[in-house]
Amino acid sequence: MIKLVKIRKKFDNRWVTKDVSLTIPKGKMTVIVGRSGEGKSVLLKQIIGLIKPTSGSIIIENIDITKLRKKERTKALSKIGYVFQFAALLDSLTVFENVGLPLIEKGYSRKEILPIVTEKLELVNLHQDTLYKYPSELSGGMLKRVGLARTLVHNPEIILYDEPTTGLDPVTTRIVHELMNTMQKKLNLTSVVVSHTVEAFKYADYVALLQDGEIKYFGDAHTIWESKNPDIHNFIRGISS
Amino acid sequence: MLNTVGKTTVIVCTEIGRLSEFLWNVIRACRTRLPFKKICNQMNAIGIHSLAITIVTGAFAGAVLAYQTYEGFKKFGGQDLLGAIVALSMIRELGPVFTGLMVTGRAGSSIAAEIGTMRISEQIDALKTIGIDPFRYLIVPRIIGSTLIMPFLTLFSMFAGIVGGYIVSTYALGIPFDTYVSHIKELVEPFDVIGGIIKGTVFGFVLSLIGCYKGYYAKDGARGVGAATTQSVVMGSIIIIIANYFLAIILFGI
Repeated sequence: MIKLVKIRKKFDNRWVTKDVSLTIPKGKMTVIVGRSGEGKSVLLKQIIGLIKPTSGSIIIENIDITKLRKKERTKALSKIGYVFQFAALLDSLTVFENVGLPLIEKGYSRKEILPIVTEKLELVNLHQDTLYKYPSELSGGMLKRVGLARTLVHNPEIILYDEPTTGLDPVTTRIVHELMNTMQKKLNLTSVVVSHTVEAFKYADYVALLQDGEIKYFGDAHTIWESKNPDIHNFIRGISS
Repeated sequence: MLNTVGKTTVIVCTEIGRLSEFLWNVIRACRTRLPFKKICNQMNAIGIHSLAITIVTGAFAGAVLAYQTYEGFKKFGGQDLLGAIVALSMIRELGPVFTGLMVTGRAGSSIAAEIGTMRISEQIDALKTIGIDPFRYLIVPRIIGSTLIMPFLTLFSMFAGIVGGYIVSTYALGIPFDTYVSHIKELVEPFDVIGGIIKGTVFGFVLSLIGCYKGYYAKDGARGVGAATTQSVVMGSIIIIIANYFLAIILFGI
């Protein structure tokens, strides 16, 4: 379980998140939606420790990671994977090296890494012929899948997705959503997906709406269309409030 | 006026503080097992690719120095000392400084652009999320590689300068080879070469540190990477020139 308590983040003189409190259930997929520039990615980066909140607590499995020292925090965050908006693969490395990088850095031999990398690539429906390709040789959908495979090498319990379908065509968007859904169920992951589209609702268990730096709505994804909450109602119907 | 001074002071102090923090992170990353393969790759990337420009600039610096010195020294019959003057200048000052400036322009800018692009495209953040320290993975190999390869590049520059000076002295100014060389042997001491190499080593550290630092804190997309690259060359070159002055005092007691 991830618990965000009164998370506030200020950049220069602007509050991006003002007072975010949210409990993300374990083993479920929660989609955080909101308009562009509302601070959804910033919120996700605070959970993984890439950005330090100005104030507030981030509690993961009963440990407040904001209070931990760097070494302990790195250890606590090792169970979390992060899939970047544009995959963020290292462009000087092949798919094999990108996916296996954490293991290469730990000193494992290529022979030991190959079956692990192949297994993770198969999990995201990629075949061996992509192993020695460079990111520049892959399509947008393949890049996202390699990004996900790299995250899976750690065997994470939680995966954070930052706008995973940005820039993809509708067919690839559906494939990526289904893949996230399959991963979540197959590996019993806790998934947090940041999105600015309503497409992701179809695969989510819970939906949270981030607006004006606060969580304005949190509820079951399956009943969201019937929600009487004016903020979520306006958002899903594309009405500016 | 007071406002401008205040703002500038804040900017300078912020920059110094951030650079110190960056350097501390580099030192901390050096305490773990060093990535030798990556260091060798960087020595190759920085060294081999900068060798040609180092030799060319060194040779022409030595050649023009020989010409200019000859004109001056001829007036009081000191033209026989040409070899020693060229050699001392190249070994103590011009070799290390020219190499530092050329490698800053070529490799320092390349380091800043590469790391800046990685920062902008979230590759550095991606490293952190998979438990890899970007300082150990990206920064340390570049800084150590550059620091280790610069003495060799400096030596090549010194030698190229002396050879450039010799070609001009012998073929254009008519000074015999023996005369050119004998005064070099007489006036150049081993510590001059060591001092030049020490300067080159320091410049190698400075240029890579600044390149990495500027790239690491790049922001605002492609324009930010461009700005970081330019700043790395300007800042690196200025620090090298200033450091050269103080190193000359420390090493050669000028």
